[in-house]
Amino acid sequence: MNGKNGDSLNPVPPGSRLTRRMALRQGLCGAAGVLLADRFLTSARAQPKPSVTPKAKSVIQVFLWGGMSHSDTWDPKPDAGYDYTGQFREVIPTNVDGIRLGALFPNLAKQADKFSIIRSMTHRNNGHETAAYLMQTGHMPGQRLAYPCIGAVFALLKGYNAGYKGLIPPYVVLTQPQGRFSEAGFLGSRCKPFATGGDPNASRFEVEGVIARGITDQRQKARRDLLQSLNTLGNAQPGQPELVLARDAEQQAYSLILGEGKDVFDLSKEDTKLRDRYGRHTFGQDCLAARRLIEAGVPYVTINYPGGWDTHSNHFQTMNRQCPNLDQGLATLLQDLADRGLLESTVVWCCGEFGRTPKVDWQPPWNGGRNHFGNVFSVLVAGGGFKGGQLVGSTDAKGEEPKDRPVYPIDLLGSIYELAGIDTDAKLPHPEGADARVLDVREAGAKTAGRLKEIM
Amino acid sequence: MKRFWFPIIVGWLASNGLAAPEPKAALFEEARIATPETPLDVLIFRGLAKKNIRPTYCTDAVFLRRAYLDIIGTLPTADEARAFLNDPSLNKRCALVDRLLERDEYADYWAMKWSDLLRVKAEFPVNLWPNAAQAYHRWIRASIRDNKPYDRFARELLTSNGSNFRIGPVNFYRAMQDRSPEGIAATVALTFMGVRAEHWPSNTLSGMAAFFSQVSYKPTREWKEEIVYWNPDKALAAALLAAAPATNAAAQPGPATLAQKGPLVGLLPDKTKVKLPPDRDPREVFADWLISPQNPWFTQALVNRVWFWLLGRGLIHEPDDIRPDNPPSNPAVLALLQREFVKSGYDIKKLYRLILVSRTYQLSSSFPADKIEQAAPLFAYYPLRRLDAEVLIDAINKVTGTSDLYTSAIPEPFTFIPANKPAIALPDGSITSPFLELFGRPARATGLANERVNRPMPSQRMHLLNSSHIQRKLESGPVLRQILNPMRKQQEIIEELYLTILSRFPTSEEVTKVEAYMRSGVVNGSEAGLDLAWALINSDEFLYRH
Repeated sequence: MNGKNGDSLNPVPPGSRLTRRMALRQGLCGAAGVLLADRFLTSARAQPKPSVTPKAKSVIQVFLWGGMSHSDTWDPKPDAGYDYTGQFREVIPTNVDGIRLGALFPNLAKQADKFSIIRSMTHRNNGHETAAYLMQTGHMPGQRLAYPCIGAVFALLKGYNAGYKGLIPPYVVLTQPQGRFSEAGFLGSRCKPFATGGDPNASRFEVEGVIARGITDQRQKARRDLLQSLNTLGNAQPGQPELVLARDAEQQAYSLILGEGKDVFDLSKEDTKLRDRYGRHTFGQDCLAARRLIEAGVPYVTINYPGGWDTHSNHFQTMNRQCPNLDQGLATLLQDLADRGLLESTVVWCCGEFGRTPKVDWQPPWNGGRNHFGNVFSVLVAGGGFKGGQLVGSTDAKGEEPKDRPVYPIDLLGSIYELAGIDTDAKLPHPEGADARVLDVREAGAKTAGRLKEIM
Repeated sequence: MKRFWFPIIVGWLASNGLAAPEPKAALFEEARIATPETPLDVLIFRGLAKKNIRPTYCTDAVFLRRAYLDIIGTLPTADEARAFLNDPSLNKRCALVDRLLERDEYADYWAMKWSDLLRVKAEFPVNLWPNAAQAYHRWIRASIRDNKPYDRFARELLTSNGSNFRIGPVNFYRAMQDRSPEGIAATVALTFMGVRAEHWPSNTLSGMAAFFSQVSYKPTREWKEEIVYWNPDKALAAALLAAAPATNAAAQPGPATLAQKGPLVGLLPDKTKVKLPPDRDPREVFADWLISPQNPWFTQALVNRVWFWLLGRGLIHEPDDIRPDNPPSNPAVLALLQREFVKSGYDIKKLYRLILVSRTYQLSSSFPADKIEQAAPLFAYYPLRRLDAEVLIDAINKVTGTSDLYTSAIPEPFTFIPANKPAIALPDGSITSPFLELFGRPARATGLANERVNRPMPSQRMHLLNSSHIQRKLESGPVLRQILNPMRKQQEIIEELYLTILSRFPTSEEVTKVEAYMRSGVVNGSEAGLDLAWALINSDEFLYRH
């Protein structure tokens, strides 16, 4: 059915046209923010660098917690033998010559011209929290500083420091926070992601704190008046600086609770056919919500995949269950972004903290599972200045080692930062004044093989 | 100390027949001008008089709530509030302080505060591991419960050896990202001297590092167990290793080479050089210097921290940025507290009491907004501070009768927290909840006080005003349900809600407003009660220490 993607430039239903215009209006401050960010960074640089308008305005990160197998998905090795492939021996062609995917990804196969696959991602770290830290901060774990992840850096440099005035916080995670490592690191709670909670696939996407069940707007307003009249301490101390801050926060909160801003979470404003194409499951609707958020100017959205990929056991069942949803949601997201002209300004990247052992572990208690594998794995990147239809690097015959062109976390994140116009040598504010950079190749153990120039 | 304590004369205002102050002020502050009582007060009030500031006292109701939140991080129940407010005795504030210092929650709450400083967290950025974090917390909590003298507390943290699972305090040396001698020295300086070593000349830090150059770590056969111990050969081995490439010959660690290195020399932060005897753990030499009564650094940092915790601002501010160019705002108060602390034998509870029964601590939080910033370092008022994340969720759970789920992402069986456990008693920073993360629970990465951020953010307000998490507590909480029993009189319900949530009786003006809302017909009877509870929980009086 998704073969009809090509003709999805069909007339936009009246309802969604309005939404889009509104979203564009909200997006204006986002666009202004990008310009401001550029100026901020230019002035902060010691040496002027050639000024280029950044291609990427926003980022959608799909994180596959637990670590998705690369050899069953985007780097298939059909000839490696049953001990490697298990039941996933079939590969399928894509709409780009020379790129083949595992058979669980028929929809992505039709979008291969829009994305590239890095097949030689490597960091050789096999611990969940340390590998996730590496993949999302670009810094070596176990050093003195706890660095912020890329989303938190965007929240600061593309959000707060760039005059972002959107009502929705600049870094949003759908729907549950990642935990396990502190996303904001030393940047502190302001740069933590706003976790929506709720389920976008439910009849009403109840975003925690924004959309409440069973409270009408009338009661909401009446309660607000009651609160204001009964706020005896606050009313007795007008102008108290501490309370002025509280009033500001409260006013902003109410402009989301009672204002139009929350419409961005109202997925019922979308065409039902489009919602179907994204898939009527949490991940599919996460993708749709992410698109609406970046349309509204939010610089960074992370989709924390609703379901784990840590398939030590039940590996094949889990893959058969989850991959079709991942395939459907991600493929539709790419198509939809492209249809709306948003793909060229939106980086989409998708991976876990590592891959999984290409050789199946048939022994009990795993009984056909795959274990942690940081030696090499695959990352999908698209949009925002990344070329589509390319393969970066490759692996050996069994998918166990990078064969050529290794890509390290610092190279991947550095490329995304570059596309967004963020100077990776810029200093981040540290509470103790430590010299902390967005990325730092001088760190002990840090490796680089250069940015992804071949696809930028 | 008792002789400095004069009870607040509650009936003073009425018996003197002064014109009644406007009702709002009477609710939060007494009308009479405060006067100094204890020697500490004399020093503070001298500073206020110079600026022509005439402070006022908080009322009993305000003191009750303030004392509970500051001393045990827990709200009083409605019954406790009623009993205190109706108690006619003249020294009831002092008696309340004494009672609270003996409560179990005192140990929970202050173990939480110390666990922030001592970075008690199973995973990220340091892998302390769950049962080591538990052992560390257990030791901290027991020390606070038993009111262990602070010099002993510090010495045990600095000199312990043994397993991270069995000897709690050894985890001090594990709970840091940089375990090099310089990294350890910097952490020790921050924790016990309130000093940021990066402001020091470099030789001060490297000189101090010598005392920690023989701290060693080794794994055992038990998963995630690690022994911290004194290894006298460590520095020499390291020195030999470093020297080997320079000589460009195969390293021969023989006695001659060892002798050439000579004895280890440490440089104390006060610039004294110490030759370290080979048969003694240099950490002990450092610890004995640190805790000696003649060492002003040690007591200064501690009394300043306690003052910061209770009064919202250090005499030296920030409390962990002590340096010559950041002098105390009132050196005489600092000196007095240090003197009394040493005299008491490093008795932490006595130090708390000294501050808590002072008139200075009992000042009102109300102050003219335009002068508030200049008056802050003078301690002319009690500053408003939003409740800490853990205290806030405990307060909400207590007034509604609900609980929260706390979990850790680490797959080890240490994260099953009994449902009635308050957040202030959580033993490990990795055991958490979305609420705690949203409301600024510190990451326990650096041990800096400013890691805890209570600055209000819109997403926090949204959560309190409108989340299903809070709404569910309001709708299903058994304590609230009992109060909102439709068989009760409306008047009684309102009073009980105020006592439960704000620890005071409502004013007649407030009752009138609430009754108007209940009559307005916007919502039906039980929903109106819920909305009142919602409004009180969202009021500044609930959310802020005041």
